[in-house]
Amino acid sequence: MNPRPVGTYSGIPRWVVAIAAVGALFVLLPLAAMAARVNWAKFIPLVTSEASLTALGLSLRTAAASTVLCVLFGVPLALVLARGGFPGQRLLRSFVLLPLVLPPVVGGIALLYTFGRQGLLGRSLEVAGIQIAFSTTAVVLAQTFVALPFLVVSLEGALRSAGSRYEAVAATLGARPTTVLRRVTVPLVLPGLASGAVLSFARSLGEFGATLTFAGSLQGVTRTLPLEIYLQRETDADAAVALSLVLVAVAVIVVGLSYRRPAAGTRSSAPEKRVSP
Amino acid sequence: MKRGLRAAALLLAVALGAGLAGCAAPAADGAADGAAGKTLTVFAAASLKGPFTSIAAAFEEQHPGIAVRLSFAGSSDLVSQLNQGAPADVFASADARNMAKLQDAGLVEAAPQDFATNVLTIAVPRANPASIGSFADLAKPGVKVAICASQVPCGAATKTVERETGVALKPVSEESSVTDVLGKVSSGEADAGLVYVTDVLAAGNRVKGVAFAEAGKAVNAYPIATVQTSRNKDVAAAFIAAVTGPDGRRILADAGFGTPGA
Repeated sequence: MNPRPVGTYSGIPRWVVAIAAVGALFVLLPLAAMAARVNWAKFIPLVTSEASLTALGLSLRTAAASTVLCVLFGVPLALVLARGGFPGQRLLRSFVLLPLVLPPVVGGIALLYTFGRQGLLGRSLEVAGIQIAFSTTAVVLAQTFVALPFLVVSLEGALRSAGSRYEAVAATLGARPTTVLRRVTVPLVLPGLASGAVLSFARSLGEFGATLTFAGSLQGVTRTLPLEIYLQRETDADAAVALSLVLVAVAVIVVGLSYRRPAAGTRSSAPEKRVSP
Repeated sequence: MKRGLRAAALLLAVALGAGLAGCAAPAADGAADGAAGKTLTVFAAASLKGPFTSIAAAFEEQHPGIAVRLSFAGSSDLVSQLNQGAPADVFASADARNMAKLQDAGLVEAAPQDFATNVLTIAVPRANPASIGSFADLAKPGVKVAICASQVPCGAATKTVERETGVALKPVSEESSVTDVLGKVSSGEADAGLVYVTDVLAAGNRVKGVAFAEAGKAVNAYPIATVQTSRNKDVAAAFIAAVTGPDGRRILADAGFGTPGA
């Protein structure tokens, strides 16, 4: 949002550029290698088979539901973490961000012992007639678990770099906290919120390990696109590659959308930072 | 476009190679230290983990100077790795189909030998909450059954049994590996799952097996063969002889595997 001032220093040593090129190749080359393996003659029939379309539809629906849950719970979490001052705040942040670094299969096991039939909450839920195991709900829970930190991180960054001066002014003018939140804070960090939501959606779309461990795999119910790819790989490598390419394309579009406009907060320009962690 | 891709791949390989050279060096030293020692690499289906670990230990004892390196994974994963040039001397597959894939790729030295068989069984949680006593019980309403997807060997066997018995299952999940089916049963999520006899034995007392007669309709044979690109073909042949010999048979039988042709 700030136009780059004239005369900004941008002299990057050539060797840095060279290493950066290797780094970029490391990411791009495997994708290109996969694209080169696509059986284009069979591509359309492979990706439009009933199993593929069912899996893609399920993936899009569950990822959308997970994104809604991420926004619902992630926005308050980010606000509390960015604005609140309470003991154990750092600890809370570490735990909220944990799914970012945990292997998804660990998340799946944890969810199993929480919402599974023998789980902490699952037993009471079962008594209440709610069964989560092997249902689409389980897929959404697994995706929300792994995607929530993406929204929290993006939004907390945006909130911190936006600072709280406008809110303070609004409050002195007599606005109640909820009004400040609705009229000042949220509009201010909307770009950060949007990119966080898009990233959560993308992460949900790619979720595999937690889903496999926790939700199972049944066509149309729990078998999302990544699970379908994993299964197709057993018998039909062409189908697996074709579906992988579809997933890459969706991911590229989604991530491209989120980074198209440099959002006010997410770029978290350090000089703007007002609140020290 | 292909040429550009290859050039880029080469560049990356050189750059990464330079970076990784440091990490690779100690391993190379270690191999050289073995002096007379040879390393035999065995790729084996995941279900063979227990018995093959014992067989390899006995083999190393009888053949001083030879180290056996075991790599366990799903048979189709191992075939993909071998097709991509993974160095292995022996391949033991959980089904004929994956061995055939490797033969089609010209990577099998001689005709594979069947060395073990495996049959399906019903795995239930220790308490057997759904009171499963037969294959037909799996189709009772409300019973949550997990099975393998038909794309993987245990799923193909499940389909055969369904056809033979005329019992159509309505599974809550079609997993991509037998381990995942077992996991759903041992965690109590599923009331029952169709797995191999050997899986139930290996799982210890977390799950119980309910044998059913119709399992005999879908006997799965495990073939073993020397990999064509092996540089230790004599050692590989000796290892295969150990697996198919009396000691190997006994170890496999203890793990629940059947004898082919019996």
